[in-house]
Amino acid sequence: MKLSLNINNRPGTVDVDGDIPLLWVIRDVLDLKGTKFGCGKAACGACTILVNGEAVRSCSYPAKMAEGKQITTIEGLGTTKNPHPVQQAWIEEIVPQCGYCQPGFMMATAALLNKHPNPSDDDIDQNIVNVCRCGTYYRMRKAIKKAAQIQADSTIQS
Amino acid sequence: MAKVSRRKFIVRSLIGGAGVLVGATYLARNPLRRQLYDLLDDPSMLAYSGDTSQPFMWFEVTRANQVILHSPKVEMGQGTFTGLVQIACDELELDISQMQIVHATSATGNIDGLSTGGSTSVAGLWQPLRELSATLREMLKAEGAKKLDVAVDQVRASAGTIIGPSGSLTYGEVVEGVTEWEVPEAPPLKDLKDYKFIGKPVSRVDLVDKVMGTPMFGMDAQMPDMLYGSVVRPSKIGAKFKGADVSKAAGMPGVVKVVQEDDFVGVVATSMTEAENAKKAIVAEWETDREWNTKDIEDMLLVGKGEAMVIQKEGDAEGELADENGSQVLRSEYKSPIGAHAQIEPNGAVAYVEADKATVMISTQVVSITRSEVAKRLGMEATQVNIVPTYLGGGFGRRLHTPNAVQAAVLSKAVGKPVKCFFSRQEEFQNDTFRPPTHHVMKGKLDANGKITAIEHQFSSGDVMFGSALLPPVVGTILGADGGAIRGGSFHYRNIPSFRAVSWRVQLPFSTSWWRSLGLLANTFAIESFMDELAELTGKDPVAFRLDHIIDDEAGMRLKQVIETARAKSGYQNTAADDRAMGFACSTDAGTPCAHVAEVSVTDGAIRVHKVTCVMDPGFAVNPDQVKAQCEGSIIMGISASLFERMYVEKSELKPIIYGPYRMALMRDAPREIDVEIINGTGVPGAVGEPPLGPIAAAIANAAYRITGKRVRELPMSVV
Repeated sequence: MKLSLNINNRPGTVDVDGDIPLLWVIRDVLDLKGTKFGCGKAACGACTILVNGEAVRSCSYPAKMAEGKQITTIEGLGTTKNPHPVQQAWIEEIVPQCGYCQPGFMMATAALLNKHPNPSDDDIDQNIVNVCRCGTYYRMRKAIKKAAQIQADSTIQS
Repeated sequence: MAKVSRRKFIVRSLIGGAGVLVGATYLARNPLRRQLYDLLDDPSMLAYSGDTSQPFMWFEVTRANQVILHSPKVEMGQGTFTGLVQIACDELELDISQMQIVHATSATGNIDGLSTGGSTSVAGLWQPLRELSATLREMLKAEGAKKLDVAVDQVRASAGTIIGPSGSLTYGEVVEGVTEWEVPEAPPLKDLKDYKFIGKPVSRVDLVDKVMGTPMFGMDAQMPDMLYGSVVRPSKIGAKFKGADVSKAAGMPGVVKVVQEDDFVGVVATSMTEAENAKKAIVAEWETDREWNTKDIEDMLLVGKGEAMVIQKEGDAEGELADENGSQVLRSEYKSPIGAHAQIEPNGAVAYVEADKATVMISTQVVSITRSEVAKRLGMEATQVNIVPTYLGGGFGRRLHTPNAVQAAVLSKAVGKPVKCFFSRQEEFQNDTFRPPTHHVMKGKLDANGKITAIEHQFSSGDVMFGSALLPPVVGTILGADGGAIRGGSFHYRNIPSFRAVSWRVQLPFSTSWWRSLGLLANTFAIESFMDELAELTGKDPVAFRLDHIIDDEAGMRLKQVIETARAKSGYQNTAADDRAMGFACSTDAGTPCAHVAEVSVTDGAIRVHKVTCVMDPGFAVNPDQVKAQCEGSIIMGISASLFERMYVEKSELKPIIYGPYRMALMRDAPREIDVEIINGTGVPGAVGEPPLGPIAAAIANAAYRITGKRVRELPMSVV
């Protein structure tokens, strides 16, 4: 079926089986490889994207459900020249090791900051439930708090 | 200044003088082999078998003043690429941004015969890479001086430029048009204190790409006109493939071809989802000879049931500890479970097999083994197969086995197009090369002064090193003991009259192998928990008790220093306060001593780790920030394995098959504080990536005991 999708503020149409996971449309049809496959069962969070600003695990989200919604992937979060506060904080804290799970964590963090601009440790523990095998959680927690700070500072300036 | 060892350098001008390739051959022994020698104490028994005539590492200098380092080691998160760039830039007089590092493909000459693993990459390349970089620097200076028409002592190299008294040339300009190079003998290496990048917390070279989601992993690889494959994999232990009914799958949407081989069946389709769906429609027939359950595995694994090998012996511990019923002998048993790698990027590959060559893009820790396995299956020469390593979405030892490369290649050959083929998560969990379960019997005896007179560690493990493609079978015969299973199994407490360590080998019915730090985590759990048990009998402080039993040789002094530093830094106390308690443990792995102090609480039977103080002496930290990152990561991975992770066997199936049920540490389980101190004890880089995993389980168990009064002797820990 033809699906009208708005991914990273770019509207477009794809012709796919509407029941296939949105993850594969993003990765293999639209060639946005930043969203990762980890488990296919919404259990690890490597495929986390934003749907209307909320964190969604795209490996278990039928593509047809994305119609009419604002989809954001890591590629749409920020750029090297203009990184999102979460990406900026991730760079400053040197969070990634292997890096594979990191886009999912950054998207989950962006969604968290949408809900809780100044998240407490409990907010972080309850909302950031992706899996990182390299064990970067310690730096991630620091980066999440720093991202909140960067976001708050930029809001004041603008 | 340090002297350069004998090594052959190879120089090739790029076509048309568009640059230069400079490489070094590996005359030094591979560090992994060196470890084998150390185990054997007889280096003459094994000869280095790699091809020493080809460069294992080289630079490419282009006219655009780009210097590209082709790395024989892969980047799997451990920060090796950053460390190598720091080392190279310092000797080559480049800014970090002027160097690019890439994985060497097997076609362009990577001949690293073994692997990326064993915490050896930066340590092993430290000397040869500095030599190679210094050699190229001197070549550029000599050629630059010639072009500037001044004597070589009139020029200096700085930030990618050869600077003379009245003019300068970029390295790119120096190499242009040069076809004959003179290779200097023994160029000088800088002193440690003169390095700008080495020893400094330089930011990761792959950081921005990883934060931006840039495609770089095996899973992201693609080739033009690529199809998608899926292979049926067994869910049961010992299952042998007999054949398959593919009639239903062949007609499924998107299916291009069903591929039946003697040893597996797979399908190729136009998308990943179609391939997965078609695979589910294949009815494969498997033959198994018996049913397995966890109990069977545990029974096989008891100390005394496998083949024994004494790996450490001093005095007569056996005799001293023979009377187990005597009141003086303390005896405790410990256990650890089957562990999964659970790296987030599943295994897979993109392969394209053509008439006379094959290309495989893959996350692998064993480039040359992957190459020879693919070549063998395709009936090609190894030189016809190009392995293109990608960044690894986690390694941890999982990618020391790459049958997935062969499967992708077979599927590609069957359809004549590139094929991408990956494991599902369930297949990952059921076809892993697991961390073997272990069983430990500790015995010890004290004298009236609270000193240990005899101690013994007998431990049983599934294979780690044995059975691996990394080692020829003959090595097992020579070594006797499994070099992986015994990591951390010997005593570093040698100020004891009699001590003995015995490794029992058990061949389990499923594949077990390398898992980050190998036997270190379980063995240290047993030894360091037992040290606290003995210390308690003496009434001494556990840290002081440990220090009493370490001899004052170089290794002992380094261990003492990390112990004392960790005690001071953490404010270690041997008593519980405010519902929290501290636990201490230490180990020396691959020459790197490390001590942890874990601060924990116990609520409703759940242990929570609030803070870990870690002190480690890797010899010399090329990048202190990334060494710290390895400590933090090891601590969290170790907490995960200590408190949560466990695979079990039910009706021959390894379970769980998904994250969640395979419980791993999440954000909420990670300590809020991790305080790492790095000591540069020798000035020479040593192992980093695995040693800090060693002491964590015992440090937690020792802390929990202070609160509950119950000794936990089994992983994952339960205090209920």
